Amino acid sequence: MPLYHDDDQAMLADTASQFMAEEGSIKKQLRHWRDRDCKDGFGHGLWEQMGELGFTGILLDEDDGGLGMGHVEAGIVLEEIGRNLTPSPFLTTSVLAATALKHGSDDLKQRYLPGVVSGKAVYAVAIDEGTKHNPARIKTKAEKSGNGFKLSGQKDFVVHGASSDMLVVAARTSGSDDDADGITLFAVPRDAAGMSHDAVRLVDSSVATHTKFDGVELDGDAVIGEVDGGREILNRVLNAGRIGAAAEGVGVARGAMDMTVDYLKQRKQFGKPIGEFQALQHRAAHLYSEVEIARAVVIKAQQLLDAANENGGSEKAELMVSVAKAKVAKTAGLAVREGVQMHGGIGMTDEYDIGLYMKRDRALQEFLGDAYYHANRVAELSGY
Amino acid sequence: MSDLEAFREETRQWLEANCPPEMRQPVRDEEDVYWGGRNASFKSDAQKAWFDACVAKGYTVPAWPKEYGGAGLSAPEAKILRQEMSRISARPPLSSFGIWMLGPALLHFGTEGQKQRFLNEIARGEIRWCQGYSEPGSGSDLVSMQTFGEDRGDHWVVNGQKIWTSYADEADWIFCLVRTDKENKYQGITFMLFDMAGGGVTTKPILLISGNSPFCETFFDDVAVPKSYGDDCPGYVGEINRGWDVAKYLLGHEREMISGAGGGDRTAAIGAAMLRHSGELDPLLRAELAMFDVDALAYSAMGEKFLDEVKVGKAHPAQPNMMKYAGTELNKRRHELMMSAGGSRALEWESEETGGGKPSRNWLRTKANSIEGGTSEVMLNVISKRILDLPGA
Repeated sequence: MPLYHDDDQAMLADTASQFMAEEGSIKKQLRHWRDRDCKDGFGHGLWEQMGELGFTGILLDEDDGGLGMGHVEAGIVLEEIGRNLTPSPFLTTSVLAATALKHGSDDLKQRYLPGVVSGKAVYAVAIDEGTKHNPARIKTKAEKSGNGFKLSGQKDFVVHGASSDMLVVAARTSGSDDDADGITLFAVPRDAAGMSHDAVRLVDSSVATHTKFDGVELDGDAVIGEVDGGREILNRVLNAGRIGAAAEGVGVARGAMDMTVDYLKQRKQFGKPIGEFQALQHRAAHLYSEVEIARAVVIKAQQLLDAANENGGSEKAELMVSVAKAKVAKTAGLAVREGVQMHGGIGMTDEYDIGLYMKRDRALQEFLGDAYYHANRVAELSGY
Repeated sequence: MSDLEAFREETRQWLEANCPPEMRQPVRDEEDVYWGGRNASFKSDAQKAWFDACVAKGYTVPAWPKEYGGAGLSAPEAKILRQEMSRISARPPLSSFGIWMLGPALLHFGTEGQKQRFLNEIARGEIRWCQGYSEPGSGSDLVSMQTFGEDRGDHWVVNGQKIWTSYADEADWIFCLVRTDKENKYQGITFMLFDMAGGGVTTKPILLISGNSPFCETFFDDVAVPKSYGDDCPGYVGEINRGWDVAKYLLGHEREMISGAGGGDRTAAIGAAMLRHSGELDPLLRAELAMFDVDALAYSAMGEKFLDEVKVGKAHPAQPNMMKYAGTELNKRRHELMMSAGGSRALEWESEETGGGKPSRNWLRTKANSIEGGTSEVMLNVISKRILDLPGA
């Protein structure tokens, strides 16, 4: 498959680009909700509009009301989200939770998928424990209790946790903290007794929670997939979320770069546009080169992941997802740092948007593993 | 089965039957490369058998039309052949500046007579070409070149000097930029083709920091260059005084080639190999190798994407400059890390264990990657101007 968008994908990109630029703009969404100290950090109206366009169910099967598309298409939407810094529960709901629910029972699908399709529901995933992403270690416990389970422990960096109608929680049902096996995924409803959220606003104005589970009673039908067999589903959820975050990161990088290159053409000092100075030209050209490479590896990983999902997984796809996540983290980081520096003083002001790119990039880098985590994973998967 | 799947199957079978096991190993060094030419000799029977099989099948230049010695493969077929060759680590049967540089120029600008003659000679490995571009005073600023061809009716008399002519001392013919109008900077250069054995040409290898001499100084002392080699076969490509158009076109190809856009060793990850080689890795070195592998694997995806886009005309015309910049900087980093992982063994200059100092010589050789074919700095200038549209660039 060639590494560029086909005609249908290009059309989707046009639609998504136009929609996000108009409805999802920084002014209409990010600044609007931030300046009103919105407890969700995003607007439900936009989320429902995304449902009307079909975006929210992009990864879901057509039988479930979705578009039946893959990670390339989800990435197209995410790249535009990144470009416009559009706050929305797309990544946690339509990519992460939706991927988990695809492996759920018919009952779970009937209960939770219509809300994804319509854009009326918000879901989150609770994976991390502690300040750094390390899904190999899961301490949160779910013990057998009657016909169901009793969930205890704490999850961190649960993005949109307090706004969610349901949380996908990765918990240990057997074995010890670092075992690969013995993990089970649960769909925990918003009103579950014993679940409490400590909501915190993050640097990028999104809201995440430290979520405590204090003996939360769950029915057996809250299990997604098989008891003790959650690791494989979790890996799929992680792959989907990581490549999704990478696609969004490419959007952030491109948004920051475009804004900066425009500024180089407008800002005059010493009687000429600062873009005439070779010291800045070469840095901008280097950045362009890195962003192009990041885009290429993201589409490569998306295609591999889509092919792997049809054929039941592939090591190459796993590897390239981590390559993409690491490469994008480094590249978008470069884009926003160069962006702020080349904007000079106004780059430091809240009034100017470039700083918002820097903040979003930082949160995205951390989400589901930073460049160090994924470069280390590349080394491990490569055998060193 | 689709036509392409059938082609893949057929190609696998053909490679299985025709590519000897000795030719299914990565190229280790210069001696493993077959360049062709009047004075060429094969290093082994296997090398000859593989070359002969490819010539017969048109696989020395698979994408060229059949009448010019190629196999007439479509772009997707050529990609499949590359993938299948790379799957078994098959070596290129023939390497040459004729294939990489002159061929593409002739396919684009050449007359039918030139294509019939020169392309077939290249495809069969009969003539080894070299490239005469740079001069001592004209490196990055190539268009300032001075080598002059004086018009004598049916021929020119060429005087001057070229430098960094790759393997000029082993080449048969040269494609050479010669000034034919001193008044016109850009429209006063002709892209000439001539035999280096015809008299007046001397070459002098340049000893590099690697201890090797892949480049020469090439001197022209009253060299007679015919304006025609027969019917429909001019001694120059394109039009007289419009050689700069051809040169620019070719520089694009050179940049693609140097960038390693086609994949292979130059874009591969190295961490695992370094561990196998060294037994253990310092944790900080391991971390740098991991970061390098991320960049290398990402760049290999870029190479693939670039080639896919070139095929359908989606690539930005200046994108080869970006590929060249990123690819060569990556390759220099690769060799820095290989030297670090290799430790004191990698410092050995002549030992048998290092194949005559390969690690250090190759490391030093890579320093030219970001100089030859347009420096990294020039590449960044071009990206600034043509892609980012920055002012005054």
